[in-house]
Amino acid sequence: MPKRQESTSESLGEKLNDALGRPVPASARGVIDAADDGDLFFALTPAQLGPAIAALQGLGASHVMLVGFGFGKAGKRLAVEEVMAIPNGPLARLRVELPAGDPTYPSITKLVPAAQWDEREAHDLHGIVPAGHPDPRPLVVHDPAPPAAPFKPFVAHGDGVYQLPVGPIHAGIIEPGHFRFSAVGESVLYLDARLFYTHRGLEHLVEGRTFAEALPIVERACGVCTVTHATAFSRAVERLTRTVPPPRARLARVLLAEMERLYNHVGDLGNICAGVGFNFGTSRLGWQKERLLRLNEALTGHRYLMGVVAPGGLRLDLDERGLVGLGAAVTEIEHEVRSIVRLLVRSDGFMNRLHGLGVLSRAEAMRLGVLGVAARASGLAGDLRRDRPADGYSDLQVAQIGASTGDVAARFHVRAQEAAVSAALIVDIAGRLPAGPMSVALAREARPGAVGLAGAEGPRGASWLWLMAGLNGRIDRLHLRSASFANWPAVASVVPGNLVPDFPLINKSFELCYACTDR
Amino acid sequence: MPLDLVRRLLTPLRDPVATSRYPEAAPLLQFATRGMPEIDPALCDGSGECAEACPTEAIELGISGAIRAIDAGRCIFCSACVIACPKGALSMGSRVELAAADRTELIKAAPPATSVRPLDGQVRRQVLSRMGRSLHVRHLDAGSCNGCDWECAALLNPYHDIQRLGIDFVASPRHADLLLVTGVMTRNLEEAARRTYEAMPEPRLVVAVGACAISGGVFAGSPEARDGIAGVVPVDVFVPGCPPRPEALIEALLKAIELGRASRPEVAAARPE
Repeated sequence: MPKRQESTSESLGEKLNDALGRPVPASARGVIDAADDGDLFFALTPAQLGPAIAALQGLGASHVMLVGFGFGKAGKRLAVEEVMAIPNGPLARLRVELPAGDPTYPSITKLVPAAQWDEREAHDLHGIVPAGHPDPRPLVVHDPAPPAAPFKPFVAHGDGVYQLPVGPIHAGIIEPGHFRFSAVGESVLYLDARLFYTHRGLEHLVEGRTFAEALPIVERACGVCTVTHATAFSRAVERLTRTVPPPRARLARVLLAEMERLYNHVGDLGNICAGVGFNFGTSRLGWQKERLLRLNEALTGHRYLMGVVAPGGLRLDLDERGLVGLGAAVTEIEHEVRSIVRLLVRSDGFMNRLHGLGVLSRAEAMRLGVLGVAARASGLAGDLRRDRPADGYSDLQVAQIGASTGDVAARFHVRAQEAAVSAALIVDIAGRLPAGPMSVALAREARPGAVGLAGAEGPRGASWLWLMAGLNGRIDRLHLRSASFANWPAVASVVPGNLVPDFPLINKSFELCYACTDR
Repeated sequence: MPLDLVRRLLTPLRDPVATSRYPEAAPLLQFATRGMPEIDPALCDGSGECAEACPTEAIELGISGAIRAIDAGRCIFCSACVIACPKGALSMGSRVELAAADRTELIKAAPPATSVRPLDGQVRRQVLSRMGRSLHVRHLDAGSCNGCDWECAALLNPYHDIQRLGIDFVASPRHADLLLVTGVMTRNLEEAARRTYEAMPEPRLVVAVGACAISGGVFAGSPEARDGIAGVVPVDVFVPGCPPRPEALIEALLKAIELGRASRPEVAAARPE
């Protein structure tokens, strides 16, 4: 994380003061606690939130997440906190404590379209009302208690327009979601996606638990982004407790994160073939993914790398017998993947389905705050491994991959190239993982009320974790903003104009986790 | 591009057969594989620290404080108990085939150290004859983390290749003999899950996949979900794991067929050999 420069904070404070027309309380300006090293924190009134966000946007800052939470006695007072990332600068946290008895604040969605789902979630889970939200329908809670209005899908009307409801149970081994297409003939006019079927109440469940107790739950927000979530959680705890994991753990985390990216990308390339109905690619790449899962198991005892990353370093050390030969095996698999991809790319029948399909423009990607592969395929550069390197990434060069056309083909190419980058990183690290302890004890207890904020770049983009410490080293409130959560609105936005039968392919090219999103 | 076409057709011929011989052969495990925890009762001093450390309360202690039983239906195979034990009485075993038809069967005192292979080389023929040469499976995500679902999907890859056993996944519950359910059963999915089950023709079988579907797993106690699927659909076979590996899923499917015939004569009657 880049060290905060005093001047940045000062000038930001000035700019915010100008924007708000009155001074931000001095006590609330700047860093509130050394545990939040580098984060800027501002306490604002509901009316000040919009202008402060606009001022930060003027500095190029982008939305990370909006967190709703309760505080005070029995959590009776409510607050929202908007987190924004300033490019090459610190994270800014804008907190608005809502007056007792009035859970309303002016919605920021019109200013920050990427915050649309965050605000609806804060409403459903905490009863915080974003006044003026353009789409205040229920999101997470499917059966809101009256007097709340039940969910009604948005549909298009007109001559020849029909509705096609699909899901939540789909015709394959896929996660549940309901898609309501408004179509004319085979062309989609509008798509309304309803998710959160797999909402398990994860964030509520970890409240009051110790960090160690919460880890396996947070890790299982998603079965194929386990390293990403466990790492984001661990970094958040480490920031709260001023803990620095030992060198072996810092590099091992990179190794695990890249293994996770590699098996996901290889599998996702195969699934894009499945979306086309090209069994050759599905089957060949499925086999390579299985080989990678086997390497995962040899390394950690778990095919999906669960139970390894933990606050302070690693819970379980990597198996030396799994490390031996890892580089050679990954090199061979990467070579196979590359040759399969080469064949796919030369297949006109296959590529014709991918080109020009599900186009996400750069402007739309930016507007909706799209992350990860999808963003990089649309000409955006964001990658936490490069932008805010943590753990072993600070000493590594991660090659930048990108494409500009924003279609399914671009996302296919970006994945294929990123898989090669990941393989190279794994080969590099597997050969020089330092010996030494795998973890350290947490350096101190987290100060109650302090917030640890950390991210990790996963296979689908940046996953962010907001962690407020409670008493006795327990969790007061946790919010997990996965990359899938941030990207879902973009899937629905690119579908109109494409054909209904192309939806599975477009969906697979984003390859978002429902479980990550729903939690 | 004829050359490319030839190359594409030849590529698979270059490699040896990838496909597993499970269940005739043992599952392919690694040194580090975390199977069912095993206890050495001689070393256990009754400190109870394993039960304290277990994130899913899978360990039941006796009056002396020694381990009375470990519930495979709750275990997430995280090895927290092994790390916590001051005496080294616990270790992660290599037993991964853990399916059982009875929930209580999963709660075992001192799980045996060696795997008892419940199915032998005759399995393939049994499957073919008992289910009229096929078993059609419908997958249902009832609120999982996606881990179990990817292991279900892995059954279709060239290694596990479940179709070689006469088993396949189908798109509609109306075509299914068996419902393979993953996840805790969230509130938002209860109705859809119930209706999926009701859409199946009888006789129908249900397999609960993974700790979540059996007991709620790490999500047990959440007000947004039930602790497992049994309250919504009747379960025939439970398959522990977090997630269960593909071999464990195959074992569970074969067990379901076995039991389906024993406990429901109409399964066999409906499908003459």
